[in-house]
Amino acid sequence: MRWGICNLINTFNFFKVKELLYNYVIQLADSSLILAQQNGTWCGHGPILEQDIAITNITLDLLGQARNYYQYAADLRNELDNTDEHTEDSLAYLRGEREFRNLLLCEQPNGDWAQTIARQFFYSVYLELLYTDLSKSQDERLAGIAAKSLKEIHYHSTWCTDWMCRLGDGTAESKERLEKAIVELWPFTGEMFMPSNIEKKLVAESFLPEFDTMKKLWFQKVEAVFVEATLPMPDKDSFMQQGGKEGVHTEKMGFILAEMQYLQRVFPGAAW
Amino acid sequence: MIIKPTLNRYGDFGDSEGSAAAGKEINIEDKNAWPLWEVFLRSKQGLDHKHCGSLHAADAAMAIENARDVYTRRQEGISIWVVESKHIHASDPADASSLYDPANDKVYRHPTFYDIPDEVGHM
Repeated sequence: MRWGICNLINTFNFFKVKELLYNYVIQLADSSLILAQQNGTWCGHGPILEQDIAITNITLDLLGQARNYYQYAADLRNELDNTDEHTEDSLAYLRGEREFRNLLLCEQPNGDWAQTIARQFFYSVYLELLYTDLSKSQDERLAGIAAKSLKEIHYHSTWCTDWMCRLGDGTAESKERLEKAIVELWPFTGEMFMPSNIEKKLVAESFLPEFDTMKKLWFQKVEAVFVEATLPMPDKDSFMQQGGKEGVHTEKMGFILAEMQYLQRVFPGAAW
Repeated sequence: MIIKPTLNRYGDFGDSEGSAAAGKEINIEDKNAWPLWEVFLRSKQGLDHKHCGSLHAADAAMAIENARDVYTRRQEGISIWVVESKHIHASDPADASSLYDPANDKVYRHPTFYDIPDEVGHM
């Protein structure tokens, strides 16, 4: 495993950064995994065949990204604990709600098509900005994963933008449903830009970009799309939910994990 | 959005009665229905776009996105054309005998009566 860190002098600092990186990478992995798990339930239930395939394609992309991050996190955890028991599967299937660090946005329910689109839109625009910055990170492996994922995220972002415009500037019903979805999801969009203690430390160590810049760019993009989709822009300073990054989740999280982890928990070590 | 298939909607040009090739108008009952698009793909090694299937979409941008999602999942192609099915005009199979059979016995139309020297190579 190659490391691109060259500004560290002593082992203690070295492991401190690895611990921070583990906690951050697991965040990225958990968010994409939980969202993928949710989107996956659209499989066979999409509004029309082509969109069923589109949303499941996007889901598989997210799952692939999550896998990359879990593999990295497992390597980090194994190195920190001097063991080899952690794998991408053990991290995904054997941790409880309080150990998951996904954004609260990702655990919000699918709702109708409009809500799924809105949730995906907010998340994809955020990832597009984040991965663009991460692909220049001084950590080689993180940069590599981000760069590879960026191509997929570009498509997700475009696809979501088109759908936001079609629904927002569509029929009266589609507009009403989308506006309702935005009202539901808006309180969960702030968490992406409220850095946790770990993220603050990583920003200080120049592993992560400044959150304020990303927040500004995110609002710009979202606002531009809302204008084109003739949607009212919600209040930027309204109250925002948080807690996901600390393992404090909404009541829906337990159900998501129960479904996802049931098989592994009941038949430990089961494999296809 | 539920699309109820009816004979008239699917633009089966040249293959059924009530089609444009027979001179009749397509009767779209539901104005909000998504039209059918034909998808043509060019593969990485190919020079021409080949027909690979069809799909429903509300507009051209969605048609290309859907074609990308549905027909290029396994690296089938690198370039997509979409055309609304109603813009494709097809020959009537009933005319096949008069359109194509006459060419059967006109062997002089094929360029196979020349001796090409080896130095020319493949033509």
